Amino acid sequence: MCRIGAIKSLNYTHPSQALLLMQSQQKGHDNSGFAMIMHDLGGIFESYKHLPTLSMACTDEGLKLAEDILHAAGFQRVMQWVPETNPQPGLDIIAMPNYVFETFDYPKAYKRSADQKEKEELLLDIRLQLRAALEKDEQGFVYSFWPDVVTLKEIGDPRDIGTYFNLWEADDRFTAKVITAQCRQNTNYDIVRYAAHPFFLQGYTALANGENTFYLKNVEFQSKLHRGYIGFESDSQCFLYSLHYVHRELNWPLSYFKHVITPLPFQDIERHSDREQLLAIRQSLAHLEINGPNTIIGVLPDNSMFTCCDAKKLRPVVIGRSEDTVVISSEVCGINEILPDRNWETDIYPNEREVVAISNDLEVQRWKQ
Amino acid sequence: MEAIKVQSVTPNDMPWKIRYDASRCTLCGSCVSACSFGAISPKIERRRMVFSEGEFPEPKQRFSAVPVIRQVQSVTHYCRGCGICEKVCPNDAIGPDRNMDTRHPILTRCLGGESIKRGGRKNLESTARTLDKIRVGRISQMTDPSLDAQRHTFDLLAPFGRILPAQKLPISVDPQGKLQSDTKMPPVQWIYPVVIGDMSIGALSWRMWEAVAMAVAYLNEQCGMPVRMCSGEGGVPSRLLRSRYLKYMILQIASGHFGWNRIVKAMPDMVEDPAGVLIKIGQGAKPGDGGLLQAGKVADHIQAIRGVPKADLLSPPNHQGLYSIEESVQKMFLSFNAAFKFRVPVAIKVAASATSVSVFNNLVRDPYNIVGGFFLDGIDGGTGAAHEVSLDHTGHPIVSKLRDCYMAAVAQGRQGQIPLWAAGGLGKTGDLAADAFKMMALGANGVFTGKLILQMAGCVGNDMGRCNACNTGKCPVGITTQEPQLVHRLDVDRVAQNIVNYYLAMDTELKKLMAPIGNSSLPVGRSDALVATDRGVAEKLQIQYVC
Repeated sequence: MCRIGAIKSLNYTHPSQALLLMQSQQKGHDNSGFAMIMHDLGGIFESYKHLPTLSMACTDEGLKLAEDILHAAGFQRVMQWVPETNPQPGLDIIAMPNYVFETFDYPKAYKRSADQKEKEELLLDIRLQLRAALEKDEQGFVYSFWPDVVTLKEIGDPRDIGTYFNLWEADDRFTAKVITAQCRQNTNYDIVRYAAHPFFLQGYTALANGENTFYLKNVEFQSKLHRGYIGFESDSQCFLYSLHYVHRELNWPLSYFKHVITPLPFQDIERHSDREQLLAIRQSLAHLEINGPNTIIGVLPDNSMFTCCDAKKLRPVVIGRSEDTVVISSEVCGINEILPDRNWETDIYPNEREVVAISNDLEVQRWKQ
Repeated sequence: MEAIKVQSVTPNDMPWKIRYDASRCTLCGSCVSACSFGAISPKIERRRMVFSEGEFPEPKQRFSAVPVIRQVQSVTHYCRGCGICEKVCPNDAIGPDRNMDTRHPILTRCLGGESIKRGGRKNLESTARTLDKIRVGRISQMTDPSLDAQRHTFDLLAPFGRILPAQKLPISVDPQGKLQSDTKMPPVQWIYPVVIGDMSIGALSWRMWEAVAMAVAYLNEQCGMPVRMCSGEGGVPSRLLRSRYLKYMILQIASGHFGWNRIVKAMPDMVEDPAGVLIKIGQGAKPGDGGLLQAGKVADHIQAIRGVPKADLLSPPNHQGLYSIEESVQKMFLSFNAAFKFRVPVAIKVAASATSVSVFNNLVRDPYNIVGGFFLDGIDGGTGAAHEVSLDHTGHPIVSKLRDCYMAAVAQGRQGQIPLWAAGGLGKTGDLAADAFKMMALGANGVFTGKLILQMAGCVGNDMGRCNACNTGKCPVGITTQEPQLVHRLDVDRVAQNIVNYYLAMDTELKKLMAPIGNSSLPVGRSDALVATDRGVAEKLQIQYVC
């Protein structure tokens, strides 16, 4: 099983907290990789919140390819941050030559007249173009290209990955108010960088601990739904795409996401006040159902966060909170590590038919399905 | 000495030979009276006995007349191998034996100049069934646990009705952040994934049809299983049309439109909507051919319910005026949707064919969203009557064709929009749950079954030529006949009970198949759960080959 965790705080938080959160759950993963996505960035990125940042791991050739594409599309680089690496001998990490975090200004035409939606579609198109261009000979991996979001994914022991990127030492240069992280248990698939959670698409982040027995159904259906639904290196990518489809493409409230992925049994739908709509959802989106043990953590474009688990609560998740921070974790030991002084009596163990949603002012809501 | 008449018909020319032991026969006459085909009759045999009583040979002879049972030597009254004589004989003195040397297919054609007609299923068996080369091979274990078939809840329901893509659903978000419906959506019934296939009153005896209807009502009202039954093209009893049980019936219309006069007249008095309407275009057992009810079965009550005289009832191969798929969509679907004010789903049944995918594609692109199901019937499907040449030699196996249609939907991102229902020899080995499950994993939303229901009722026919006399009206067990003395052989309550029990067993077995793959909803399209032990099957169906 993978282990997943997320931190949402009123204050900018350093990724060392995410490493700590995951480190204590080490028995539950296999040290084959670490990945994180940060939303609502502080430090050096704080003044560039409205401009897209590219997160990429690549070869020198890949970097040139990518910069040429961005240049041709009219993007102008306004900021670049190259993390200082610490390549000690003996570290368990399969590092790429370059880790690129570059912030760009939009092409002139878009700056003048494009609305938000057009910009968002452009950013996706460019990321897909970059990914396709760098895919050949594994010149690089393009994880996200979005305002106020950075992504880091690497293969190896999470502890050593932290050491390599100097992530164990907290500073105020590389921080965020939302950090989601996963440590891998690689069972089903080749170790592919793209297969590491969290996954990101147009402001949405999702990560999961689980299996998706309807993976094939999900993939076959999603492949035709949206140009951004590609890859499918992990069965959990399907959850991100379903979240994106329900919340962004269909523009349905988040509470209906749960009705799509783990629909109520028919007899419960019959008794539900939304009977007609829930039946329509179950019918029309039958191929987005997840049937299998899962816990999902999601972040929405407005940086609010939620978690929910499968219809039988076969995978655990726990939510702990203090005055200024909410932490979601597969195991409570992770929360104990970073919020040792919280009142653990207020911890939440979500039920199988529940969504726990965390707003930007850290209000925690529990929605019954 | 008598001249040899080599052209005469003798028992050795027939598909079955009667085995008769005069020494055990009590001459009770039960077999003769029970044989509905008139294939045996009493006869007085002249016997000669030569004997000698003294110490020295003094041959004498004695003639006697002995009553015996003999096989009728006729190509019309021939033994079908049903074995009823054996069932009724108190002394095991008689029974049919399969005759490997039969000349019947040739003789019948030569003597009558007519095509052979029969009921049943395709009788040409050359290879093992495709479904038997497939196993449920993806078992959930460890981190992805299997479910407990006894304790978990399972949703064993399948859609019948047109399903809109999510982006076309007429729903919007209200000010409270809830989804609300803006207009009506096409009607969809969620029903048990095994529909009792279309067998008409006429093809079936009224008692058999009634027994099936009783079983369906019991399954719904006592067992909580929303099983639906299709009426077949032969009308529905008026009392049923006016009763609340109509909601369990899918009304069929085929090219003969038999029975629809009564159905239309009953509409103002209906207290429930029917479960659906099924437009039959073709049938797997005799594709490209219409229904056939021979005059022998058109009894008074059949004439009344269908509004016809006593004559051979032939449904044309085509719906009159049906020139194109588009026309069928526009006219038939619209009129039947409109007939029940768009409250009742309307589906179509076609024979599996090399062209099925084109037909399906045309329907799935239907702009009116009124095609509520695609029922695809394969070559192994049964029939009450057909020309043998059609039965044995025309048609298309169901498994790959169903898969082709599903993959065509996948290629367009339209899977599930027109539910796929498959049939044609499913449950042939007696195990419908396994066949249904595999078909669903290959993409069917559900399956339908007919012949197996008859076998539950006591049909003695099989796919090796046994009985197969549904067309004659002489069904020895009262299932496909309208002759009162034969019909009364059928115990209606017992038949209903058998069907109910079979469904209960099948329900448990379906759960026993869903649990190991970790699914609580039907695994429609989960071909990853299947493996094939045959390379050709694996390649064609796009599933994993294993050995």
